[in-house]
Amino acid sequence: METIGTLIIAKYNYWAVVVLIAIGLYAMIAKKNLVKKIIGMNIFQTAIILFYVSIGAKRGATLPIIEHGHGESTHMVHAADYINPLPHVLMLTAIVVSVATLGVALALAMRIYFHYGTLEEDEIQKKIIGDEPDKIDSSG
Amino acid sequence: MKRLGLIAIIIFGGLLFSITFELPDLGDASSPASTHVSPYYIEHTLEDTSVPNVVTAILADYRGYDTLFETAVIFSAGLACFFLLRIPERKAPKARFYRHLTTGLTLRIEKGGRIPEESKEFERIDSAWVPNDVIINMTCRLVVPFVQLFALYVIAHGHHSPGGGFQGGVIFGAAIILFAISNNLRSTTRRLSEKSSALLGSGGVIIYLGTGLLCILLGAGFLNYSGLSVFPGLDPVSARSYGILIVEIGVGIAVTAVMVWIYYNLASAGTQEEGL
Amino acid sequence: MGGMTEHLPAIIVAVPLLAALIVTVVWWFNDRLCFPLSVAAGLVVCGASANLFQKVLTQGVIEYRLGGWPPPVGIVFRVDHLNGLILVVVTLVAFLNLVASRRSAEKEFRDKVGAFYALFLLFITGLFGILITGDAFNLFVLLEIASLTGYALIGIGSGRASLSGLNYLLMGTIGASLYLFGVGILYVLTGSLNMVDIAGILPNLWPSSAIVLAFLLCMGGLFVKMALFPLHAWLPNAYTHAPSVVSSLVAPLTTKVMIYAMMRVALTVFTFDFAFNQIAVRGPILWLAILAIVGGSLMALSQRRLKKMLAYIVVAEVGYMVGGFWLGNKAGMSGAVLHIINDAVMTLCVFLAAAAITIRTGDDRLSSLRGMFKRMPLTMAVMVLGGLSLIGVPPTCGFFSKWYLISGGIEAGHLGFVMALIISSLVNVVLFFRCFEIGYFEPFMRGGEPHSAPVEPGYGAPTVQEAPVEMLFALLTTALLLLLLGLFSGQIVTRVIHQALPAVLG
Repeated sequence: METIGTLIIAKYNYWAVVVLIAIGLYAMIAKKNLVKKIIGMNIFQTAIILFYVSIGAKRGATLPIIEHGHGESTHMVHAADYINPLPHVLMLTAIVVSVATLGVALALAMRIYFHYGTLEEDEIQKKIIGDEPDKIDSSG
Repeated sequence: MKRLGLIAIIIFGGLLFSITFELPDLGDASSPASTHVSPYYIEHTLEDTSVPNVVTAILADYRGYDTLFETAVIFSAGLACFFLLRIPERKAPKARFYRHLTTGLTLRIEKGGRIPEESKEFERIDSAWVPNDVIINMTCRLVVPFVQLFALYVIAHGHHSPGGGFQGGVIFGAAIILFAISNNLRSTTRRLSEKSSALLGSGGVIIYLGTGLLCILLGAGFLNYSGLSVFPGLDPVSARSYGILIVEIGVGIAVTAVMVWIYYNLASAGTQEEGL
Repeated sequence: MGGMTEHLPAIIVAVPLLAALIVTVVWWFNDRLCFPLSVAAGLVVCGASANLFQKVLTQGVIEYRLGGWPPPVGIVFRVDHLNGLILVVVTLVAFLNLVASRRSAEKEFRDKVGAFYALFLLFITGLFGILITGDAFNLFVLLEIASLTGYALIGIGSGRASLSGLNYLLMGTIGASLYLFGVGILYVLTGSLNMVDIAGILPNLWPSSAIVLAFLLCMGGLFVKMALFPLHAWLPNAYTHAPSVVSSLVAPLTTKVMIYAMMRVALTVFTFDFAFNQIAVRGPILWLAILAIVGGSLMALSQRRLKKMLAYIVVAEVGYMVGGFWLGNKAGMSGAVLHIINDAVMTLCVFLAAAAITIRTGDDRLSSLRGMFKRMPLTMAVMVLGGLSLIGVPPTCGFFSKWYLISGGIEAGHLGFVMALIISSLVNVVLFFRCFEIGYFEPFMRGGEPHSAPVEPGYGAPTVQEAPVEMLFALLTTALLLLLLGLFSGQIVTRVIHQALPAVLG
């Protein structure tokens, strides 16, 4: 039992990531509503952000702001005292990218709504086939 | 389709799950991620850039090129929302509504009717205008300036505490959006017009990029802020510190303006007339 | 300015970005200035990339440290023979496209010309950055710049464009996120983000399924972005419904740059030995490529719209390059790289011609080609040349890359790939000769067929005549390029491509 307990404590961050990725991808594949798909996309991106951020953790370390006195900056800094700052920086970028993608996705969804009057994929599909009866291809 | 997707995802998830046992444990201080490059940042940030916040130093200096394009991504998003949604007003709307400020009367002006756009006694309002809730209005009036002040603090204090251009910029943008939600879009665009938010957005990125290009002109490489040490009173290390501050300010301006710009277009579906 | 040449790699990304920002500002005051500003930026970038390529030819690999930080700590640009060459072609294609876009951009985006040019410039900035970066994470950021602007440019079209744009966005985001996840696993295992640095550490960890998964995630992500066969669903609709100026920009560049990114990740990050010898992915990917070639060609046959037909040809062409690369021998890889540059020019050629026809007739069905040889002789002549090149007829460049690909396939003993190439060439013969037949023999008819809805509004009653001057200039230059690339292909292969292929290939 103890080994399973330590295993869970050691790996649960990755498992959470896997579960979130699965949820996000499932929403993108199975949901018919475009906004739900966009939300699924966001969950998927967030899962990867969580993955990176959890890599940065170090047991017994504090946040990466170096303690310093004024003027004197000569005392030794031990890397083990501070968590890994790099993943946080990378994820700041990835968060910004995902926000930007979300904005553009919503703008596109609004345009779709103005054109078709609905955000349900099957209803849109019906309207497309109605518009062009000689062309039946499913992918939008 | 649904079931097929579910099966595919379960297989994919299983694959991911199976490799988690090969990855280092959570919080393992001896993992390659924590021992290869990252100690360099922690141990040398102070002597390289004199910035105690390692995240800020990496963000704006060691990996400043990433951040430049991160700012460009945000700017592209603002531009893209504008490009996709904006419906420029070509025709005058059928009817306009005005409220007489002193009496609270609402006037409906048909097309061709005359009331000056800018008038001290009349205020133009949306067709679905409702009198503002006093409590909401008052609360926002109290909160907004403090939020803005805090945003400026977050930007300015990014060297020493968690914060920086993105965080501060988002907070500042949120303050403006809060004002827009509590009042209405029209009175917000009167204070920060779409044109100025677009100009500020690109201006912010230009500050960042311009700093990088200035470093080339001063003989150092692109984004190598130590080139700024030609200015009096700066040595290469403090030049990096100031360089970081300048680009963080640029980022802050760009993020604020673009957040507001995106909000304007999404909230009003591009008309910027009748919106939240 | 002698000292400036060392900063050329930075200039290549900084100039279009700066131009995009300035265009956004200037546009609010004077929208006439947007086009000249963008063209000036395009010219500077073309000059810079040519200069840079020349420098690579004489000095070898150029490494440029951003912020002055040495590689694993900071981000570097790495320009070698391969991406130097592709950069020259990509900048040229982007520039020609920019010139050609003037008239139709003004018509189509009347009130948003500035935003269009700014997005255009941001898009090409992203592509240039992808080509020259030496950092695995930075590749993701620039990928997203190029994609995000691409979604917006495609989604602006009328009708189904927004839906196609959103589908592209969803697929593209999955692709980018998978790539990011792959890079994350690599980072966990190696602690580095620099491509060369990772490649140095990975061999010590090789018997690890986590690396294999990271490889598959990176490749899978890039396959989505380049629209390799089973993942191609977003491409045809996106390219068909996008405004013509946009599809002639996005179609020649996106897929090719993504294929280069795949080569870069496979060769520089994971190394040749890992990708081809340590894991058995070569066979399956080759079969995917074959499916792409055959499937794309067959689906192109059943299309009635010019742009959609061309879009399916792009799907098939992706198979050519991916397959050639994964043959894993010298001829195949040379063919794949040569085909990247040839295909960028060929695709530009046919999509520009299609754009010219769409602009003049307001319709992009194949039937709109009727009588076009009389009405638009120059455009059609260029289109014939592009078509011949896509088929693979000798004086044009398409022949030479196909020759390398086929000989690579024979060398590797992979008959399936050779057969697929031949089938696709035959299908291309059918496709293009059908177009030429309609254009040459069937008389021009206005309103001969009921126009259900004008495909691109804004082009009212069509006065069908030769394409606008700017477009004609771009078309003729492209045609010239097709012939020049064919003429010099031997030299390009021996003097440039062979310099950059992995040493194992000899």
